[in-house]
Amino acid sequence: MPCPDPVDTDAGRPRQLLEGVVIRFAGDSGDGIQLTGTQFSAESVLLGNDIGTLPDYPAEIRAPAGTLAGVSGFQLHFSSREIDTPGDHPDALVVMNPAALKVNLADLKPGGILLVDRSGFDPTNLRKAGYSANPLEDGSLEGYQLAVVDMAGLTVKAVKELRLSSRIAARCKNFFALGLCAWLYQRPIESTLSWIRERFTETPELVEANSRALKAGYHFGETTEMFAVQYEVKPARIPPGTYRTLTGNSALALGLVAAARQSGLPLFLGSYPITPASDILHELAGLKNFGVFTFQAEDEIAGVCAALGAAFGGALGVTASSGPGIALKQEAINLAVMVELPLVICNVERGGPSTGLPTKTEQADLYQALFGRNSDSPLPVLAAATPSDCFAMAYEASRIAIKYMTPVILLTDGYLANGAEPWRIPRLADLPEIPVRFRTDPTDFFPYQRDPETLARPWVRPGTPGLEHRIGGIEKEDVTGVISYTPENHERMTRLRAAKVAGVSREIPPTAIRGDRAGDLLIVGWGSSYGAIAAAVDEMRAGGASVSQVHLRYLHPLPPDLGGILRRFTSVLVPEMNTGQLLTILRARYLVDATGLHKIQGQPFKVREIVEGARRLLEA
Amino acid sequence: MNERGAPALTRKDFASDQDVRWCPGCGDYAILAQVQRVLPELGLSREQCVFVSGIGCSSRFPYYMNTYGFHTIHGRAPAVATGLKITRPELSVFVVTGDGDGLSIGGNHLIHALRRNVGLKILLFNNRIYGLTKGQCSPTSETGKITKSTPMGSVDYPFNPIAVAMGVDASFVARSIDLEVGHLQEMLRRAHDHPGGAFLEILQNCPVFNDGAWAPLTDRETKEDALLRLAHGQPMIFGVSRDKGIRRDADGRLAVVALGGETTEADLLVHDEGDRTLAYQLAHLETPRPIGVFHAERRPRYEESVAAQIETARETQGEGDIERLFHRGEVWTVS
Repeated sequence: MPCPDPVDTDAGRPRQLLEGVVIRFAGDSGDGIQLTGTQFSAESVLLGNDIGTLPDYPAEIRAPAGTLAGVSGFQLHFSSREIDTPGDHPDALVVMNPAALKVNLADLKPGGILLVDRSGFDPTNLRKAGYSANPLEDGSLEGYQLAVVDMAGLTVKAVKELRLSSRIAARCKNFFALGLCAWLYQRPIESTLSWIRERFTETPELVEANSRALKAGYHFGETTEMFAVQYEVKPARIPPGTYRTLTGNSALALGLVAAARQSGLPLFLGSYPITPASDILHELAGLKNFGVFTFQAEDEIAGVCAALGAAFGGALGVTASSGPGIALKQEAINLAVMVELPLVICNVERGGPSTGLPTKTEQADLYQALFGRNSDSPLPVLAAATPSDCFAMAYEASRIAIKYMTPVILLTDGYLANGAEPWRIPRLADLPEIPVRFRTDPTDFFPYQRDPETLARPWVRPGTPGLEHRIGGIEKEDVTGVISYTPENHERMTRLRAAKVAGVSREIPPTAIRGDRAGDLLIVGWGSSYGAIAAAVDEMRAGGASVSQVHLRYLHPLPPDLGGILRRFTSVLVPEMNTGQLLTILRARYLVDATGLHKIQGQPFKVREIVEGARRLLEA
Repeated sequence: MNERGAPALTRKDFASDQDVRWCPGCGDYAILAQVQRVLPELGLSREQCVFVSGIGCSSRFPYYMNTYGFHTIHGRAPAVATGLKITRPELSVFVVTGDGDGLSIGGNHLIHALRRNVGLKILLFNNRIYGLTKGQCSPTSETGKITKSTPMGSVDYPFNPIAVAMGVDASFVARSIDLEVGHLQEMLRRAHDHPGGAFLEILQNCPVFNDGAWAPLTDRETKEDALLRLAHGQPMIFGVSRDKGIRRDADGRLAVVALGGETTEADLLVHDEGDRTLAYQLAHLETPRPIGVFHAERRPRYEESVAAQIETARETQGEGDIERLFHRGEVWTVS
């Protein structure tokens, strides 16, 4: 038998125990890098490791092969400890061609493992990557544990009996790489084998070829002397429960479905394709048996308008997009503010302005969410902190929208959307209730008569006899909802709309503080920088520094206890992937002399960058 | 009870308590009156009707109807109405729009709602001018028209709303005139009864900024020579003395011919609402200008197709089980 089951064998290699490992796979965008990374992540979570992932791929569907622009990467951090980030610098880098080496080498830790597919280093690819000499041969990689393997060649040999074309055979080399890494870090490959069987079920020859490539890679590690040791990363101690891996976009979609189920409302998504939000549309389009309506609209404006029309009809209306699309939707969002209907607007932020960096991440749409509409136009703004938090915040955004009859903007970003982490699966019964009471009693009905506690107006489904009424974007008379241009009424209504949204603060739980309740430095963040800040705070506290973290998931209104917390710290640092948007808000709102830490590179913060920023402020 | 067996509501039941604020003499009054008259005749209840509008004079329409109404934003009414109709297909959803709202800022939504065949009844009031903003040229204004924004005459080539609707394969395309009371009522009934999306252009006068917008078609002395009243299965005859008709020449083009002598009714085209090619040709006929139903065909309704997919998904996959959805894929337990 050419391919015995690798898990049954034991090469008896020495094993080195590690707390955690950061590994990055990089290659051409046609090399199957995202798939390789995703499968390696799946193997790791099944071992019980905590994980964080960072996919990084080009904006072009297929950038020219072998070029720097076409390099696709996937970074995975797996650990025996609870972790918050995909890691700063890889311990191991797997590269499939010279361009991938050139783009990624600077990030690899000194002395790190550098696993290279030699077959990709032909003269053409070397030239395309701008190498005048072959770096595998000129000694320039001496500072790393260099392992050069002819992955394509070995893969072709492993699948020879299948008589595939050599081009197709060589394309299985990513599974060879995956198998080799699985051996090196002692990951079981059964889950990948069964995944291959499912994924390629319609092309049995590819099931066989990819399986053989995977096993060949595993055996290669076992039988060659290329690596002197194997590494072991024990399972992490994470809270008891049932888990699965989830990307932020999938989590967000599940949160919406859960909110619809809990509220008893049909879910309607009006959306237009845009990176990096489209996966929300894809995810929900596959859930029609949940009664989910997905409407791929003619443009961004129609997407939000249709969602608002559905909300008028009594559905949970949702639109999902990214910054440029949100810009187009703002007039309709403002209509939702005026007619006071529930609507959830998801902005999966990306690098901007304009088209910007569509596949890269940024958190620079906070101003847009808060201030990007004409006139006084208050609405609640929430932000998810981690991929799995996208579930909780999508659910929360829906709950608040319904309870307060208001549009709610939920901010996530490309890093959260595509990044994956274990998600502790909740029980539906444990989620907060979302009661919906459509008004049906015509006695003394007025469309803008408000609930005394929430200030929400009644929600009436068209079709209800005796409650016929008209709503629209023109200013309304208080209570009756009749068109009114009276000066005093406009001021009253403007204040009422603001008071209603301000009242959402009663929904915000007490702010969690990581670290001490008072001290030298408080780091305040929002959105996807949560993990890097948390890891930085833990690291600095372990070194004795007086540093704490507050991470905001409610950005409007802000938590009622935030002002008091800010005053208990000598300094406040606000790291953001923008030029200081939350920073400005905090300074204006609380008159606090907070300092910003900005990174605008389309890449998330590294833990190191937060630590250095915090040290500078502490030492100043 | 009326003939459809519904409680006998009247025109007054569909009038809201709001003062109508259009300019005196505006064509919109006549349209409002006919809509309020026809709805109870159709057996519709107030609560099942929803009027959705955009921005402009015509878009104030919902405020005057004692039904459900949504006065939205400029050009977007078809999109808002689409979301409503998909989720609430049992409602009768009308879109009220104008030449600026529907064909300029909202052109995109109009064409997509029509090509999808969403079951909306779209009433486009065409007065060839921007009235609410006080007199700029609109996308249906004639080339050379002098307005506040075009002091030397408009250089734009105008849209032909019927041709636009035909161009996107709308399943029901018709035209009427504000002052043709009986005809307008009939077209409203036809639009309502059509099983699918309906596009009804209503030629309408703006006495303040574009008086006589459709003068030859609306003046008592000239209109019968300027109008061609389309009727399915009937020969195309027009004129005060019904002495003119439309013939298709050997080259396929439409021609106006005088009846009498060698030309008889038998030589004339007979209108066929199912003939798409004929409707295209009629859309471009200006003298005389046709009114009536240009084209009507049955096509799957968008909202029905959407509902059918949901039904199929439930039949093949079972009603969605949220706990199972949560546990999809690789799951592991930590104790």
